[in-house]
Amino acid sequence: MNAPLRRVGVVVMVLFGLLFANLNWIQAYKADEYRTSDYNGRVQVAEYDRKRGNIEAGGTALATSKETTGNLKFQRTYPLGAKYAHVLGYKPVNLADQGIERVENDFLAGTSDQLIGDRLKDMFTGDDTGGGNVLLTLSKRAQDVAYDQLSDNKVGAKRGAAIAIDPRTGAIQALVSMPSFNPNPLASHDTNEASAAYNKLEQDPEGPLKNRALSETLPPGSTFKIVVAAAALENGIGKTTQIPAGSSWTPPTSGTPIRNAAASICPERQVTLMEAVTESCNTGFAQLGVRLGAETVKEKARQFGFEQDDLTVGQLGEGGLPTAASRTGDIQNPDGSIDQAALAQSSIGQNNVRMTPLEGALIAGSIANNGSQMRPYLVRQLLAPDRTTSYYTAKARELRQPVEPQVAADLREMMVSVVRNGTGENAAISGYTVGGKTGTAQSAPDRPDHGWFIGFALDKNGNPVSAVCVMLEQAGPGGSAEAARIAGQIMKAAIADPGGR
Amino acid sequence: MTVAATPAPSPATAGEQSGVRLARSRRNAELYLLLLAMALVAAYGATVEANLLDTVTSDFWMPAAALGAVFLGLHLVIRFLAPFADPALLPAVALLNGLGVGFLRRIDLGDAPVAERETLAVFAGQGGRQLAWTLGAVVLAAGLLAIMRDHRSISRYAYTLGLAGIVLVMIPAVLPSSISEINGAKLWVRVGSFSIQPGEFAKLALLVFFAYYLVRKREVLSLASRRFLGIDFPRGRDLGPVVGVWLISVLVLVFEKDLGTSLLYFGMFVVTLYIATERVSWLLIGLVLFFGGAYLAYVLGSTVGGPFANFYVRAEIWLDPFADPTDKGYQLVQGLLALGTGGLFGAGPGGGQPEILPEVQNDFIFAGIGEEIGLFGLSALLVVYLLIVERGLRAALAVRDSFGKLLAGGLAFTLGLQVFVIVGGISKLIPLTGQTTPFLSAGGSSLMANWLLIAVLLRVSDGARRPVTGGGGGKAARPSGGPPEQLHGAPTEVIKP
Repeated sequence: MNAPLRRVGVVVMVLFGLLFANLNWIQAYKADEYRTSDYNGRVQVAEYDRKRGNIEAGGTALATSKETTGNLKFQRTYPLGAKYAHVLGYKPVNLADQGIERVENDFLAGTSDQLIGDRLKDMFTGDDTGGGNVLLTLSKRAQDVAYDQLSDNKVGAKRGAAIAIDPRTGAIQALVSMPSFNPNPLASHDTNEASAAYNKLEQDPEGPLKNRALSETLPPGSTFKIVVAAAALENGIGKTTQIPAGSSWTPPTSGTPIRNAAASICPERQVTLMEAVTESCNTGFAQLGVRLGAETVKEKARQFGFEQDDLTVGQLGEGGLPTAASRTGDIQNPDGSIDQAALAQSSIGQNNVRMTPLEGALIAGSIANNGSQMRPYLVRQLLAPDRTTSYYTAKARELRQPVEPQVAADLREMMVSVVRNGTGENAAISGYTVGGKTGTAQSAPDRPDHGWFIGFALDKNGNPVSAVCVMLEQAGPGGSAEAARIAGQIMKAAIADPGGR
Repeated sequence: MTVAATPAPSPATAGEQSGVRLARSRRNAELYLLLLAMALVAAYGATVEANLLDTVTSDFWMPAAALGAVFLGLHLVIRFLAPFADPALLPAVALLNGLGVGFLRRIDLGDAPVAERETLAVFAGQGGRQLAWTLGAVVLAAGLLAIMRDHRSISRYAYTLGLAGIVLVMIPAVLPSSISEINGAKLWVRVGSFSIQPGEFAKLALLVFFAYYLVRKREVLSLASRRFLGIDFPRGRDLGPVVGVWLISVLVLVFEKDLGTSLLYFGMFVVTLYIATERVSWLLIGLVLFFGGAYLAYVLGSTVGGPFANFYVRAEIWLDPFADPTDKGYQLVQGLLALGTGGLFGAGPGGGQPEILPEVQNDFIFAGIGEEIGLFGLSALLVVYLLIVERGLRAALAVRDSFGKLLAGGLAFTLGLQVFVIVGGISKLIPLTGQTTPFLSAGGSSLMANWLLIAVLLRVSDGARRPVTGGGGGKAARPSGGPPEQLHGAPTEVIKP
């Protein structure tokens, strides 16, 4: 019986050899695949084991982590709910993270290479200090006003966006997209609850998850006239130069006449450029655009920041929230020649012109800032877990110079005139010089128009303190006036509490 | 291999024996290995606390010390009652059992609220229960060693044990589900909060019966056979009883949906048959039957369903667990992810998250441990298991009677097969079938049955390593009561030098 016993011994060896080989396969060869599998909750649990840092603005914690008794040790909470949702994003257990939570994830989670010193220190002291803190540029008061005014707008628009920038630095003072959402259920540790909340938002026809301020484009309407006016000023036309106007004008190649918003607007055959801007004269700008030519208009828009695909808003280095590129679109016939009718339409911000609210604020800001466009940013400072060390402090950086200071000064004057005497009166703030441009953009024949306003505020010494863009989607009549009013309110709040730079 | 090369016998053994090489009892080696095993268990406990509590409490050593005391007691019992038993068995099993207790305590700590972790009592939770069960199991093993002074004596109860085995297997099947079903498997007998799995003990009882019957009939089985398809089949009346017992057990288990145990019994039966008859044809027939049966069950499961549907589902999960990773395949997927996350070195004891594995305290304990000790740690555990199995087989090789050979060989192989079935199951080598991981999984029945198995192996190895030339006097002497009775009809084998 010993021979079969020996063979049984060999069989056992073979069986264990198979186990050993298979464990090698799983724990060595396939280990990385399994470790990083979507179904592997361990990575998340480990991630929730260290206290995630705060996201703060102006001394207020906007996103913070609380210790729980559950499996995941820390619960991410957003005390101010929907108000900052589009900036902060959210950090869900099973879904994809968004916003600043995503772009600054490594630092907040404490896994960033920058924090290696702190992690080593923890290892020796045995403390668990958690991740680093991210300080935003947002002004709490401006954000409050922007959120409240936008969600309680007087024209009943359901969708819209507002963004305010410090023109001198590019620091974002307020950023609101409407409708917003409450990020707290999305960060729930109950993944079913989180998924249900996400699906509900995802399927909402109003699209609350969209960041309309940064990543949605709409026809800018008359706000685009500022770009055309800038091109005109650089091409031998002064602010008092008479340009052709009229109550109706038909482009050379198309039978569709361009009219003004009201019969009272520039019915004269000629108006000054200043008057055309102040009253938002469609016929004047349509003819001006055709006269300047498509390339000139497109090039000017490009110099203001149109067509830039890779702009991100976060730190001033790499990374940040992605933005959509604003576009002037094709102004061509099928054969490649310039479509004069389309050019006329584009010159008043229609046809295929599309703009983000961010771009609107950048245009207004660069005009306020003597023609220098600052790179927008949201992250002011990165602080160590114990708040003693700063790992990053934003240093304002010029993005581009769309216009010369003299042209900027002329544009400022015209835009101030819009608020003093023209369509943007609602934006005025006592004690400050406010300039701006309203816009009413047709979306589709059967839908209400979008209301726009881009503008800026200068203090008594002429220093720019805030630049803003407010957009109310399908706001209908009075939309741009309401946008102007809201913009004034936001700038007023930003002046009182400018936020971090 | 020369006598000159072997070290001089230590004084402790020299007094008892007269320089015969086989006669060294190696009890001191057993003691040192046992202390080493307990030191490892204590170190494991300390690492767990360091990782989970961020501090090592002053009583990290208590489970190891409690276990050490129990095992030391068994060591003393072996010293007196089985002085020539294999010295590697007890330390190896003690290491596994100690790590099992340590890991279960680690799960308790992980599940406990952070504030209560440091004050978790040694006898609290699953880890504490396992500690208590270990105490009981070791006492049981010591008791068996005390009662069974010669392994051949249990052959007297072979038929009784065979019957008892069937009854034990069938008890949960005939009891109402309310007291026999846990997690959909009817394997338990529950009385209040106390539950035992009679099937775990049936394994031992049936094996004694198989060994006895096959040894008694081996001449007939090998010789009086009819040739069919080139293979010699024994006469039905010779094989009948043992096939009957086995068939009943397996059928009951199949309908209890305890696939792992039925596979285990099948393997156990085929191997004892092979060892007894020395005919490879039995292995071939067994394998053909097994794979044929498995394939048939798979096909039937996909078409007819019924009792086979469960098997079909398991086979489908095995073929692609990621097809339904959040429901049917969840457990296996999570087990694989745990093993993969552990990688080569593991997250360190207490450093992983084995709590999220369903049934980590039972079927998936090996995956849970693997997450924390990695491939290297698991390989070491496998080697310890292999050591136990091969030591058991070695005892079977060395023991002089056929019954002992078959008994020890069958037990050792069954233990190894059980490890293969469960570890292969959780690592997707073979379809997953529920089994406990010997000495690691939570549960008193499994622990007790496996300790009894070890007691039998210790007893057989004691018989095997006992010097041939007279028992001598003193402690090593054969217990009084005359020479052991010879098994009826069992041929005596001649030891080859």
